[in-house]
Amino acid sequence: MSTRLSKGGRLIDRTAAMEFSFNGKRMRGFRGDTLAAALLANDQMLVGRSFKYHRPRGIVASGAEEPNALVNMGAGGRFEPNQRTTTTELFDGLAATSQNHFPSLDFDVGVVNNYAARFLPAGFYYKTFMHPRPFWKHVFEPIVRQSAGLGKAPKERDEDRYEQAYAFCDLLVVGGGIAGLQAALIAGAAGARVILLEQTPHWGGRAPVDGDVIDGAPAEAWIDATLEALGKMENVTLKARTMAFGSYDHGYVLAEERVADHTPGDGRPKKRLWRIRAAKVLSAQGAIERPLSFAGNDIPGVMLASAVRDYVVNWAVSPGDRTVVVTNNDDAYRTVLALKGAGLEVAAVVDARAQVTGALPAQARAMGIRIETGRGVVKVKGGKRVTGVCIGLQAGEGAVLDEIACDAVAMSGGWSPVVHLWSHCGGKLHWDRRHHMFRPDPARPPITHDGSPMVIPAGAANGALSAAEALSDAAEQGVAAVKALGLKGRTTPLGKADPVEEAAMEPVWIMPQGAGPKLKMKMWLDYQNDVKVSDVQLAAREGYTSVEHTKRYTTLGMATDQGKLSNINGLAVLADALHEDIPAVGTTTFRPPYTPVTIGALAGESRGEIFQPLRRSPMHEWHEAQGAYMEPVGLWRRPYCYPRAGETHEQAVHREILNTRAKVGMLDASTLGKIVVRGPDAGRFLDMLYTNVMSTLPVGKCRYGLMCNEQGFLSDDGVVVRLAEDTWLCHTTSGGADRIHGWMEDWLQCEWWDWQVFTANVTEQYAQIAVAGPDARKVLEKLGGMDVSKEALPFMTFVEGHLGGLPARVHRISFSGELSYEIAVPASHGLALWQALIAAGADYGVMPYGTEAMHIMRAEKGFIMIGDETDGTVIPQDLGLDWAISKKKADFLGKRGQERSFLASPDRWKLVGFETLDGSVIEDGAYVPEEGVNGNGQRNVQGRVTSTYYSPTLKKGIAMGLLKNGPARMDEVVEFTRMSGGTTKARVVNPVFLDPKGEKQDV
Amino acid sequence: MLLLECPYCGVKAEETELAPGGEAHLKRFGPGSAPEEFEAYMFARKNPKGVHFERWRHAYGCGKWFLAARDTATLEVFGTYPAQTSEPPADLVEKIRARRPDWKGYK
Amino acid sequence: MSDLSAKPVSALGGASFDGFAKVREIGPLGMITLRAKPGTKGLDQAVKAAVGTGLPAVRRMEWSGPADTGRGCGWMSPDEFLLILPYAEVSTALAALEQALKGEHALAVDVSDARAVFRIEGEKAGQVLAKLCPADIDRLEPGELRRTRVAQVAGAFWAGEGGYTLVSFRSVAGYVMGLLSHSAMAGSELG
Repeated sequence: MSTRLSKGGRLIDRTAAMEFSFNGKRMRGFRGDTLAAALLANDQMLVGRSFKYHRPRGIVASGAEEPNALVNMGAGGRFEPNQRTTTTELFDGLAATSQNHFPSLDFDVGVVNNYAARFLPAGFYYKTFMHPRPFWKHVFEPIVRQSAGLGKAPKERDEDRYEQAYAFCDLLVVGGGIAGLQAALIAGAAGARVILLEQTPHWGGRAPVDGDVIDGAPAEAWIDATLEALGKMENVTLKARTMAFGSYDHGYVLAEERVADHTPGDGRPKKRLWRIRAAKVLSAQGAIERPLSFAGNDIPGVMLASAVRDYVVNWAVSPGDRTVVVTNNDDAYRTVLALKGAGLEVAAVVDARAQVTGALPAQARAMGIRIETGRGVVKVKGGKRVTGVCIGLQAGEGAVLDEIACDAVAMSGGWSPVVHLWSHCGGKLHWDRRHHMFRPDPARPPITHDGSPMVIPAGAANGALSAAEALSDAAEQGVAAVKALGLKGRTTPLGKADPVEEAAMEPVWIMPQGAGPKLKMKMWLDYQNDVKVSDVQLAAREGYTSVEHTKRYTTLGMATDQGKLSNINGLAVLADALHEDIPAVGTTTFRPPYTPVTIGALAGESRGEIFQPLRRSPMHEWHEAQGAYMEPVGLWRRPYCYPRAGETHEQAVHREILNTRAKVGMLDASTLGKIVVRGPDAGRFLDMLYTNVMSTLPVGKCRYGLMCNEQGFLSDDGVVVRLAEDTWLCHTTSGGADRIHGWMEDWLQCEWWDWQVFTANVTEQYAQIAVAGPDARKVLEKLGGMDVSKEALPFMTFVEGHLGGLPARVHRISFSGELSYEIAVPASHGLALWQALIAAGADYGVMPYGTEAMHIMRAEKGFIMIGDETDGTVIPQDLGLDWAISKKKADFLGKRGQERSFLASPDRWKLVGFETLDGSVIEDGAYVPEEGVNGNGQRNVQGRVTSTYYSPTLKKGIAMGLLKNGPARMDEVVEFTRMSGGTTKARVVNPVFLDPKGEKQDV
Repeated sequence: MLLLECPYCGVKAEETELAPGGEAHLKRFGPGSAPEEFEAYMFARKNPKGVHFERWRHAYGCGKWFLAARDTATLEVFGTYPAQTSEPPADLVEKIRARRPDWKGYK
Repeated sequence: MSDLSAKPVSALGGASFDGFAKVREIGPLGMITLRAKPGTKGLDQAVKAAVGTGLPAVRRMEWSGPADTGRGCGWMSPDEFLLILPYAEVSTALAALEQALKGEHALAVDVSDARAVFRIEGEKAGQVLAKLCPADIDRLEPGELRRTRVAQVAGAFWAGEGGYTLVSFRSVAGYVMGLLSHSAMAGSELG
């Protein structure tokens, strides 16, 4: 059983006991424990079930690479699935539950999959859920959905808060082990702006656990001294609990800081996403130990050798009383020494190498430990817990020579440098034939914006695995980084570790090497995704020769693993099956994130009220106070209608329209784009921009204009006002202001840069209010201050002056067809003007109206709306707007595009009006079908509706739409599709339904 | 995420502060141009793997359009320059040739 | 009949938030966008007449008195300047600019009402911006005017006595206030 030792534990504080629960069972641990350490201290080795076969799974690792011990944390608004117990810091009151099992962890019915494992080979889902096709939706999909995914997604709104922060540095050092500390010290002393990140709460990495000696003293002394030196440097920032999980173009690195993961509810952000821009990145991410592939290597109690010594040394946790160590290298003997040092039994070391000669094995031998050389584990015995191992010849086929009782197995298959940050951005690897590992190829680094290497690997991440090599490599790379930054290195005392003589490792990809199919079916490569040696070999037999394909077919290295534990063993097995060299097979692509990142951190502050910017007009609060129903228009929120008590939205819209047509209404039109264009060449410029002529517009007058893109398609419209001889004001659509301003600047800066024109987007400077209806003039006259009579201010003119004491520009323009004034005042006075108009209009029955009333009133008038009648494929000629296209101008944007022959086809769909025969309303998006089918077997169509409403004014359904050769088909009856089946019959009519001569607006 | 220095204001802007504008140094063809010319202006784009000239607007900064030369495969940026030119500056062309001897030129 | 008081209302009516930094909406502040190329005849005199400063260098603010007080001029782009002055003086200043630049190619417009202005104060005020802007706040140079992105909207800021002044568009003032408040919450200091 696993238990807490009575002494030791360099990271725990035995005076700070903490209570926590696992699956409701109360347990105790200490401050400084990880959840995994605390679970093991409470003899909770079984922590989960595997994904596919629901096999019992225990803790394998001690860090971010843990594949099995993923749990649900918290409850309700703090529920979080898939949390690795090995990186979760213990806190008082922590509540975790295991996942991926039913009904309980100890008794799981899904384990039948395990017995059916031979029927669930690699690619099972691909092979099974193919035919028959009708089964997809109701049979296969529910099965796949039920079994897919690791933990369950949270159901409640996340109670925690998250944020992001930007940071900049010359050198980002990733990894707070001895290599990272050494490199940071060198760069810091040279004056570089350094950020040093460490994923755990502790500095120094593995060195203290491995018993490394630096500068003649235990590593911890050097680590403390180095931290102190770094702490004194103002140009160095240290961040613990921060995982750099991805490197991106041009020195951009994302990192996740666990701010309050271990102090939930203290008001601080749970996590913070750092967006770091570094001139250079020094990756000192260390290395990860590889498992060995022997039968039963997934039974709880089988752990990485390095993890076993981590638990013993860091947390005083014994994974078992009697441990068998299985290895192909010398490093695993450090685990032997650690176990013995803690007074625990090492039943035997099973070493696959025939010759075992290093200094560490010699120490073990001197302790009298049984070392079986040339042997391997044939299989592990046990179910929910290891009870023993059967050993045999590594060179053999699996004959059992001996059986050794034990309750833990520590395995070591060698080490793999963590190359993720190097590889994310294109750094290439080469195969190190001495250590049998992929390491960064210095000749092919990821590069940054100036073409120089972006990532500098150092220490174990660079393949310098021993402390002595790691420190000396870090010194070298640190100096190289300083040089690459263009700084002068200043001498700083560098740490040197005592070298330990280690014999070469021997590559062991299968144990024993001649194992038959029965054993291979129990050799796990990827614990999390239940991928075994036999699966990869099957994939190879079925023709999956590319490592990327094999990964997808078998799911090897998917999900949270991302190749951390499974990659090299899997590749080696694949290479062997393909009779290829490992480097020839290569690795799968390393992609961010290195470890899972919570969506909350990626969203940062963007949630709730500030999920995205909402643009509010100066009268926004008034609308809301009136109970207006708001609709999004771009990022703006505009009143759709102002429903009164008991009114539906439709009733409200109809009331607003009838009131405006009969009396007077008011619309908040502040969102309309407003761009001032000025300069000696402004007229010429606007003539290029608009399809009609703006240079001839007299000062004081307004003119409606159209803008097209270079293809000739309609892009925006609005009223242009000539403010002065050299100054125009262009109104754009509500959503179009920024786009059109950018469009103007594009042409002025990139094409006609010699033209003297300045623009300014003044959209938000003005609140704009439309006062429309037969009594509009009376309302303005009541406010007073300017002459708004027909004579002084005729239709399509404007005047500047004071209205009700406010500086205002009043335009006689109309989008409703009524007598209408659009009044612009500085935004700071918008609400005041709005309220004054409401008060002044009270006697005339003024009512505010919303965007829907505006839409219907303009449709009654046959006015087009950008985005309704246009969709990016419509030219003004399609909409009968030929009158607004200058024939005289030699050029304007879109003119050449409109000259293309297909745009002159009589078969173009053109704008007409539609009136249903029965007065009903044509459905939104309805089409006019035609006989026959197209090449794709779809019904042919000859037109579609673009705007369709019930007109309360005309008391019938009206619509505008595009119809093949429409204007030539007046009075023809066409049929529109209905969603419910059948058709709606409608007569083709003039799109102007109301007041075709425009007499009402020009009074 | 790309980092490009705005040649107008000197800010080393990250990609999120910029708006992309596609291929640089296109020649506009207006009324009277041949269909082939107009098609090339409107639709034909080089899309090279390697040296490329692009338009970027410092949208969240000074608002100016500038041009950038970079390698679309390695993302190495050779330089940025103001948009008021119909061809890349000679010193930049020189620099690119030095970095990419196989480069065929910007046309 | 109407007798509207001409008292301008800022976007948020002076909202404020106290966290590890103090955030206040200030204003309305007078602002003029002046577009002209340096070297335009009369430009220096025009700016001098309007706000009492010289033309700022690239990405810099000039103040007529101590920094961040009353009247100033900022470099916005190679042909755009932002004049800052008391709200009530805008029309006089516009007239002065018009006069000084008569016959020259220039454009001056009132944008006082198009903007919202925030003060972020406190020893760690810079951290509030560091959470929202992809700009190197620690390396902001004295007198620098930085235009950048504030989360999802455009903004510009400069350092002054005891903190920073941030300018955004008026319509998104509520969003920006929300961002600043979120980022300034006590306990969320960056260190």
